[in-house]
Amino acid sequence: MSTEHDHDDGDAGRTGTFGDYGGQYVPEALMPALQELEDAYERYVLENEDGFMDEFRERMHDFGGRPTPLQRADRLSDRYDREVYLKREDLLHGGAHKLNNALGQVLLAKYMGKERIIAETGAGQHGTATAMAAAHLDMPCEIYMGRTDVNRQRPNVYRMRMNGAEVNPVEAGSATLKEAINETMRDWATTVERTHYVIGSVVGPHPFPQMVRDFQAVIGDEIREQIREKAGRLPDSVVACAGGGSNTMGTFHAFVPDEDVDLVAVEAGGSSLDIDESEGLAPNSATLSTGTDGVLHGAMTKLLQSGDGQIMESHSVSAGLDYAGVGPELSHLVETGRVTPANVDDEAALNGFHRLSRLEGIIPALESSHALGYLEESADELGDLVVVNVSGRGDKDLETVLEETEKRDLEAAPDVEVFDG
Amino acid sequence: MSEYDSEVEAAIRENHPALITYITAGDPSLADTKDYVEALDRGGSDLIELGLPFSEPIAEGRTIQDAINRALAAGTTPEGFFELVDDLETEAPLLVMTYYNMILQYGDSEAPRASEEASGQRPRAKPDVRPFVERAAEAGLSGIIVPDLPAEEAEPLRRACDDNGLDLVFIIAPTTEGERLDRIMSHVSGFAYVQARLGTTGARENVSGATHESLERLSEYDVPKAVGFGVSKGDHAAEIVEAGADGVIVGSALVDIVASSDTPEAAVDRLEAKARELKRGARSGAETVTIDPEDAPEPEQP
Ligand SMILES: Cc1ncc(COP(=O)(O)O)c(C=O)c1O
Repeated sequence: MSTEHDHDDGDAGRTGTFGDYGGQYVPEALMPALQELEDAYERYVLENEDGFMDEFRERMHDFGGRPTPLQRADRLSDRYDREVYLKREDLLHGGAHKLNNALGQVLLAKYMGKERIIAETGAGQHGTATAMAAAHLDMPCEIYMGRTDVNRQRPNVYRMRMNGAEVNPVEAGSATLKEAINETMRDWATTVERTHYVIGSVVGPHPFPQMVRDFQAVIGDEIREQIREKAGRLPDSVVACAGGGSNTMGTFHAFVPDEDVDLVAVEAGGSSLDIDESEGLAPNSATLSTGTDGVLHGAMTKLLQSGDGQIMESHSVSAGLDYAGVGPELSHLVETGRVTPANVDDEAALNGFHRLSRLEGIIPALESSHALGYLEESADELGDLVVVNVSGRGDKDLETVLEETEKRDLEAAPDVEVFDG
Repeated sequence: MSEYDSEVEAAIRENHPALITYITAGDPSLADTKDYVEALDRGGSDLIELGLPFSEPIAEGRTIQDAINRALAAGTTPEGFFELVDDLETEAPLLVMTYYNMILQYGDSEAPRASEEASGQRPRAKPDVRPFVERAAEAGLSGIIVPDLPAEEAEPLRRACDDNGLDLVFIIAPTTEGERLDRIMSHVSGFAYVQARLGTTGARENVSGATHESLERLSEYDVPKAVGFGVSKGDHAAEIVEAGADGVIVGSALVDIVASSDTPEAAVDRLEAKARELKRGARSGAETVTIDPEDAPEPEQP
């Protein structure tokens, strides 16, 4: 955890902005709740009041399984002729980095005296992490999930229900993550006095982007220590996928002051980087590379939007990256040149998925597979010592991967015909 | 203009108790919206709010969300919206209600997209609220309401509105209290939009207890107060005015009429009649003189 870093985090401090980005663009009814949350965040998270952070770390150890390993990837190191290490967030309880944030926020809600937890989910990973954390801490929990995602992520819907959460399908619009966030915000604006909204990434109004980053910063803090032990120095580059950007900021935060360490955020290039304004459709979610500045879900950040300001429907083969916005701090770090934005398309991500499965015996999440796809395409630019964050495991994606692989001629894929029967 | 330097404030003070009506522009078409606005004006609206549709209306309940989706599907754009306002000649001053991103992006449609920018050298301009406000003033709008812009983030828009003679109306929620309430109430522009209950817009069956509490809490501030979120009937209007409001704001109940009428002509008639019912209700509330809010009758418990 990185409370030490935060005190000298000048630009991310009181106003809740990161350069031009961030802020609190929410309905008036929520403003007092954001102030209350900011106050609780400062006391419990930044100042460890009542031993909050001690309890959080202990639970992340006992319940979550932290620390996760940093593993040398032997065959990838051979393949790319450099040292490649994998941060194994896929081994965290629940199968993704999401628990770091979910458990932190549910515990904070408890310290704040809130009685009910709500959250949005796209792929269902944040929803399952929140449902697990709420069950673990005995809090009632409701999850909003777009109808389209409910239908295509059944196993996660079952997992949430097994943990006692109510899953509310959202029918509006394209019925995916964006609509789920809208609906969760509406619930929160109605029930704000006793409910905490566990937002699932480093997005939304201040203090969420900063607080979620701090809960996720354990990833980078561990990497720093582990890579020093294993390689005797800091890496030349650190690579992570980016949807909203929580695994990304969590991985990068500790390295931001280390100017010699390149930080690469890999977004979903989808099927194409072109946008269709008349249809309001962007067949990608490469917000950092192609987006423009605007306000969505409480923050000024980079967005996929039309010239008029309507938000586009994004697309990615990976549901967890399929979002038209991105965290404001990442927008800022890209704008200042500290973080390099990159993107790889659906096909490169699928190949990355198959390659890691075959070469290393690790089935990665399709989200994380984007970082691995980038490694394949651009290893030469990453120096001699590279760390890639494997943000989650891919069990949830097997059906999608089989379907998408059958449609294509992928160089890294096994013959999927044999999977039938 | 009268003793008030704001057209919006004058519309409320001089027509006390005021009726403020809302519909979504472009639902089902901008041409129909023109007829509907004129009907609301004839029916006795003292101010009319026009919703400029945004794809992520987080403050809206289902009724207005659906209206916004219909308007967007019909191809409603900010420019089309302003052209409608250019054409409208109503007695009631007009306000635009929209989300902040629509204000930030207006006038930037010609700017290069990021992908073009990467190849060219002209950096894309940062979003700016001024082109929208200037166009709004030119079209004859009197004010702006932005449900996702709290006072803390409003400085750039407030300045642009001041420079262009527009009111920027803020919402007071049931959760707005203490120092923040004081600060917002000391900067009221036009009127204080009192949110009747926590949650989203949408017609309700009764007036919430929160409304009575809010009006009592706000009674010490000498600014025009109009109550919205859930008001749907003449009786509600009466009760709210009786409890100390200077006006009532009605949206979803009117949007419901637009959505449920068989023909645009039928919608026009029903909208005009509904406005009359609401205005009559508000007036009857004003006739019941209340000296102390504590003496106001409790809302009936079914
Ligand atoms: C495994 C995994 N990685 C990454 C993401 C993307 O989120 P973020 O960019 O916030 O890390 C998700 C989201 O569901 C995920 O499940």
